[in-house]
Amino acid sequence: MILLDRVTKTYGKDKEAGDALSRITLHVEPKEFVIVVGQSGAGKTTLLKLLTREERPTSGKIVIGGIDYDKLKDKDIPMLRRKIGVVFQDFKLLPNKTVFENIAFALEIVGISNREIRHTVPKVLDIVNLKGKEDRMPRELSGGERQRVAIARAIVRQPRILIADEPTGNLDPKHAWDVIKVLEKINRFGTTVLLTTHNVEIVNKLKRRVVTIQDGRIVSDRANASYKI
Amino acid sequence: MKRRLITLWRIIHTGIINFMRNISLAVAAMAVMVVTLTIVLFSLITNATLENTIAGITQKISVSAFLKDSTTEAQAKQLVKVLQKQPEVARVEYLNRAAALREDILQNKTDNPNLSSAAAVVGNPIPATIHVFPKDLNQVQAIENVLEKPQYKQLQSDPPSYNGDRKEAIDNITHATNVLRKIGVVSIAIFAVICALIIFNTIQMAIFNRRDEIGIMRLLGANTGYIRGPFVVESAIYGLLSAIFSVLIINSAFLASSNALQASSLGLLDINYANQYFDAHFWALLLMQIAIGIIIGTVSSVIATRRYLKFRTK
Repeated sequence: MILLDRVTKTYGKDKEAGDALSRITLHVEPKEFVIVVGQSGAGKTTLLKLLTREERPTSGKIVIGGIDYDKLKDKDIPMLRRKIGVVFQDFKLLPNKTVFENIAFALEIVGISNREIRHTVPKVLDIVNLKGKEDRMPRELSGGERQRVAIARAIVRQPRILIADEPTGNLDPKHAWDVIKVLEKINRFGTTVLLTTHNVEIVNKLKRRVVTIQDGRIVSDRANASYKI
Repeated sequence: MKRRLITLWRIIHTGIINFMRNISLAVAAMAVMVVTLTIVLFSLITNATLENTIAGITQKISVSAFLKDSTTEAQAKQLVKVLQKQPEVARVEYLNRAAALREDILQNKTDNPNLSSAAAVVGNPIPATIHVFPKDLNQVQAIENVLEKPQYKQLQSDPPSYNGDRKEAIDNITHATNVLRKIGVVSIAIFAVICALIIFNTIQMAIFNRRDEIGIMRLLGANTGYIRGPFVVESAIYGLLSAIFSVLIINSAFLASSNALQASSLGLLDINYANQYFDAHFWALLLMQIAIGIIIGTVSSVIATRRYLKFRTK
């Protein structure tokens, strides 16, 4: 499902500053739930930006869902992003749109009809436990609820891969767990989930595959693991 | 296909909403566009009016060849045929001596009322005449060149002449028309560039104001066309509304102050004709203005969005 083969990312031309990622090799199977951990600046976000093609690797190969990034042209990037759901730490919700409109927006840009949108969005709101809050504006929601709206928007197009970049980073423990439970639910439906976090409690309780990144390198990759750097 | 139509509708709908949301910026862009389009329309009407004036005068201008008494009717008709074949000639009129006298008497009824009785005493002094009407005033020389040829010159008693004393006036009007046309083209070009730059900046500011939204759209997989489309629609609306305003301004000018216009144009412009021309071509002019407005708006916004919405990964 996700394959990174000796991927290196260097910013600018200054090699002495070090690589943001250095010869990363990672293979994620379909329907897996993988947690990527590491301290701030370790390279987690760079890894996710490479997967969403916000960044290009300096060297190495990336293949996601059969799409070889070497052969991907700039004009094909929107099509790639439609196949991957992404959740951000800062939610990235549109402040002038309601909960319903924020989720519908992901469907509107790909030309889904209003009728289909009216049919699909409530189902997704049900999955993320936000039924009844369709007409709220993002500012009227708690952090956890906003993040669940962002998750709903990420999964409404039923992507095979969901990438969550520190989705609990801005949340208190209770809301953080609400978000993690939703991610687990989505994974049970068959979506591959790649989660980055440095929340020790979440990693330890989830008991999933944990990939640890340190100074741009993978230093451990263990199944059913706990947080350890 | 259905999805494309839905997407197209959403782009248009978003463009309209963005236009209303962005109205304070839009006013500046539209004001300059209204000025530009008003100049375009004014230049067009002025040009048509002056051309009509020139055409009216041109119809009355002819080159006259005066034939010797010894020139036979057959020779005269041969010359008429030669002149008729010239590409510069609109029509040729041949008057034998009697007809030429009748025309002369008619033309000089007030200046020389005794011509008729004098002719009865001393005989007809007027030579047979050929009037040659040019298609264009600038082609008079070509007609004169034909008449100056030796085989035709020998048939004539006097050098050919303009029957009108309006040549100077016509030359002045032609010159004024050309100057006005040039001024029109230059001012349209200058204002169109200013207009395009202002729209360019307006769109750039709109892109800046919506950079977060655009970033989110990109991350969600919106393609460049979907992001760019509403900006282009917004600029097209500027063009559409500005065109309507420019036509309304000219229309109001005719309605409210045609007398003042007539006075201020120092008699150079036939305001009545200009008004008639505007009325007769109202819908064509409106459509043309809309087309020009939309072209200026969309071209500048396409350039602005190409410049500021590049879709490249680092």
